[in-house]
Amino acid sequence: MTADSQWPLWEVFTQGSKGLPFAHAGSVHAVDAENALLNARDVYARRGEAVNLWVVPSSAIVASAPSDAGPFFDPGNDKAYRHPQFYKAPRGVVVF
Amino acid sequence: MANTTTAPHDDPALVVAFEARIAAGESIEPKDWMPERYRRQLTRMMSQHAHSEIVGMLPEGNWITRAPSLRRKLSLIAKVQDEAGHGLYIYCGTETLGVDRHDLVNQLLDGTAKYSSIFNYPTLSFSDVGVIGWLVDGAAIVNQTILAKTSYGPYARAMIRICKEENFHKRQGFELCAHLAKGTPAQQAMVQDSLNRFWWPSLMMLGPSDTNSPNSGELLRWKIKRKTNDELRQRFVNLTVPQVQALGLTLPDPDLTFDEATGNWTFGEIDWDEFKQVISGNGPCNHERLAARRKAHNEGEWVRAAATAYASKRKTASSEAA
Repeated sequence: MTADSQWPLWEVFTQGSKGLPFAHAGSVHAVDAENALLNARDVYARRGEAVNLWVVPSSAIVASAPSDAGPFFDPGNDKAYRHPQFYKAPRGVVVF
Repeated sequence: MANTTTAPHDDPALVVAFEARIAAGESIEPKDWMPERYRRQLTRMMSQHAHSEIVGMLPEGNWITRAPSLRRKLSLIAKVQDEAGHGLYIYCGTETLGVDRHDLVNQLLDGTAKYSSIFNYPTLSFSDVGVIGWLVDGAAIVNQTILAKTSYGPYARAMIRICKEENFHKRQGFELCAHLAKGTPAQQAMVQDSLNRFWWPSLMMLGPSDTNSPNSGELLRWKIKRKTNDELRQRFVNLTVPQVQALGLTLPDPDLTFDEATGNWTFGEIDWDEFKQVISGNGPCNHERLAARRKAHNEGEWVRAAATAYASKRKTASSEAA
């Protein structure tokens, strides 16, 4: 690694406030994990946008392929009986 | 037209499916198939945008040590730091298209990359800091608010983040100008002079006119751009003229008139020769900006070297401990 290298890429996830899920914010280049955290703070949390940060090496992310989205998600898409709307309730009865 | 927008090796069926997605208002994500020209146009546009944020630190950065009060100094440091952040958001967005930031940075440093023409004008007084925040960031907000709806997901997300932050840039600039406009005759003259110098370059910043914008057709068709340069420019003028009037200042355009029929402020002819000169490297400060950028990059080398050495030392230490 030369001094002029841009260093490895890290994906940054921010938690907006306690209790919320972490969401992807963007990425930073950094020489190591500790530096990635500092860079992520300076780039993505200058105005209190986060109470917690995750940084993950971009190379460690495994993603689904958009071209296979149809068949890949199909098992979850064709089961109407997993939704409450599938079930009828007698008129006028408050079920929940 | 179709011949210029698709590379010969793009599968026509994939192009049709892609354009149907665009027409349906879908967002394109990094791993989605996209025509080679779409990728290239975005890489060009996003990298120029990122470079502009980075070079944009220079004209105002010069004034940090000479700010007239601690309050103004804090605002200016925060604004310049934001510009660095904006450059990084857009570089990282550009990298999702498969380019390396290292190459982009090198293109900027060796002078082959383009960046916004506005940053090649000098900042001669502190009131320029105010006018830049007000006009230059104001014009950027007009452009970027529309770009936040661009068809490429990572670019759109970077724009949303940037627009939120640039509202502060514009407000601090307008406040500074308003303060000077109510000040002594010398202060009033100073801010009027800044406005006179930056008005036309701010209009040019929104890009060549629609009659002479070679990339616009393709960019609009693929919804990379959602409005033409002239539409954005008109919107900027309509927003800004009342602000100028509210401060009791004037604009250096004798042809500026309000058109009752359209509700637009019509303005005089832009000096497109000047624009062409500045964009092709012959503006008042092109050389100075790149020299400053190269100096900063070279002088930062020891920091990069130290960080690399520290990280490898720690890695060795932790592997020895294990």
